[in-house]
Amino acid sequence: MRRGPSAFGVAAIGLGLLFLYAPIAILVLYSFNDGRLVTVWSGFSLRWYRALFHDRQMLEAIWTTLRVGALSATMATGLGALAAVALARAGRFRGRTGLAGMIYGALVMPEVILGLSLLLLFVAAGVPRGFWTVTLSHATLTLCYATVVVQARLASFDPRLEEAARDLGRTPWQAFLTVTLPNIAPAVAAAWMLAFTLSLDDLVIASFTSGPGATTLPMRIYSQVRLGVNPEINAVSTLLIGAVATGVIGAWLIQQRRARRA
Amino acid sequence: MRRDRSGLAALLPYAWLLVFFGFPVLLVARLSLSDTALAMPPYAPRIDWSAGVAGLRAFLAGLDLETYARLAADRLYLDAYASSLRISATATVLLLLVGYPMAWGIVRCRPRLRSALVLAVILPFWTSFLIRIYAWIAILKPAGLLNAVLGAAGLPPVDLLNTEAAVILGLVYAYLPFMVLPLYAVLERRDERLVEAARDLGAGPLRAFWTVTFPLSLPGVAAGALLCFIPMAGEFVVPDLLGGSEPLMLGRVIWTEFFANRDWPAASAVAIALLATLLVPILLFERQPRRVLG
Repeated sequence: MRRGPSAFGVAAIGLGLLFLYAPIAILVLYSFNDGRLVTVWSGFSLRWYRALFHDRQMLEAIWTTLRVGALSATMATGLGALAAVALARAGRFRGRTGLAGMIYGALVMPEVILGLSLLLLFVAAGVPRGFWTVTLSHATLTLCYATVVVQARLASFDPRLEEAARDLGRTPWQAFLTVTLPNIAPAVAAAWMLAFTLSLDDLVIASFTSGPGATTLPMRIYSQVRLGVNPEINAVSTLLIGAVATGVIGAWLIQQRRARRA
Repeated sequence: MRRDRSGLAALLPYAWLLVFFGFPVLLVARLSLSDTALAMPPYAPRIDWSAGVAGLRAFLAGLDLETYARLAADRLYLDAYASSLRISATATVLLLLVGYPMAWGIVRCRPRLRSALVLAVILPFWTSFLIRIYAWIAILKPAGLLNAVLGAAGLPPVDLLNTEAAVILGLVYAYLPFMVLPLYAVLERRDERLVEAARDLGAGPLRAFWTVTFPLSLPGVAAGALLCFIPMAGEFVVPDLLGGSEPLMLGRVIWTEFFANRDWPAASAVAIALLATLLVPILLFERQPRRVLG
């Protein structure tokens, strides 16, 4: 039997990846352009990066975004792992359909609706909008993704290992901590990273739920983009893409090496 | 057998989602029945708790379908509704046409290469959505890179930015990973022996694919289509950055009603109308193909 993709398959992959990466490559390339125009190459320069490091508003937005991302990702991962354990392990319990329904519902719900509904919640509760309201909102959005990631890992993990630990006298909690948790740790880490990057990325929910003094990076980028293409945005985008790509590829390499050793 | 108490782990996330997801959606529904008012927050009626039961009754009496009637009478909203569904349906079909061959090609590679290719497809999903759409502005604008390339090849320039075609292109670009992954997941788990059996019985490779592989991959097709169609119908960033003032999509209408017109009841009514339309695909998504995502 012949293995390997056909010429058609190779073409599909090649064109598909070109489609996915060409715009990003162009964006990165023009962040090093000396000129202001995006169509004319006028020599290599780091001037837009220098401009970026003197842009106080942009730096503040980056700092806010990182704090919102780290905090909300931590909450989302904790809640998501709990939900995943319940969904993957508990079989049929009361409220299972409700929990799964809310998680998958929020996962596909258009962000404008999520943003609007969260805003109405904060208005109804009389909570002033700012750093904490964005953080809570992002935790809500990303906890659904975290659940899916951890649940997928739990589904492929043999529950009999945990039962064995319990037969050997561990309490359920000890069995979970010493057997299950180390096994799902990579998925928990992946869930945190996904939640963090989704939070870094979100414009719509942040616009609805943030207030003065808590402008996130996407909100800042968006207000600049409305004014037209600006090479400083290319520079900040390049840094963001570089950081995320390094993280994701690094995690993938570690996982590959583990898989080969196992 | 021991009693499994893992269900208790659900308590905290369950309560969280009720407070931050379930209840707020009800608030949107309630607000869509209210009227705009010159107040902060800008809607009426509000519950007067000090008046007790009478206040609650007055509040309920103040709710009506006036906002919906107002929206239904306005062509703008109906057009936005129709174009949202048309654009996301078109983009879903295109995504299938682009994504299926990619997923199929990846599945046929050696395992190590396969894993690298899957990473290559996922990686853009991790990098900022907003930035990836922004990248297209520089390509599509009248004096952009696309026209520079077309001009160099002696072809006439095209003006794509701020058209429906640009929005569809942007949606296909942004949602491609969401289409390829579920398709890849079902195709990877396919049983190669079924295809071999078809071949042994005399089917050509195309016929074997069309009568065996493709029907078996339909759960992945359904999962990918729903996973893309539902959020695309309410998409804001893509139509806003690549679509200009036309075509209007519901996500942008909600945004504009809320931020520019400060008409909160209208924004809520549009959101509820969108939600009601998406309810069927959302329920379908929750039922059948979710294991495909695992």
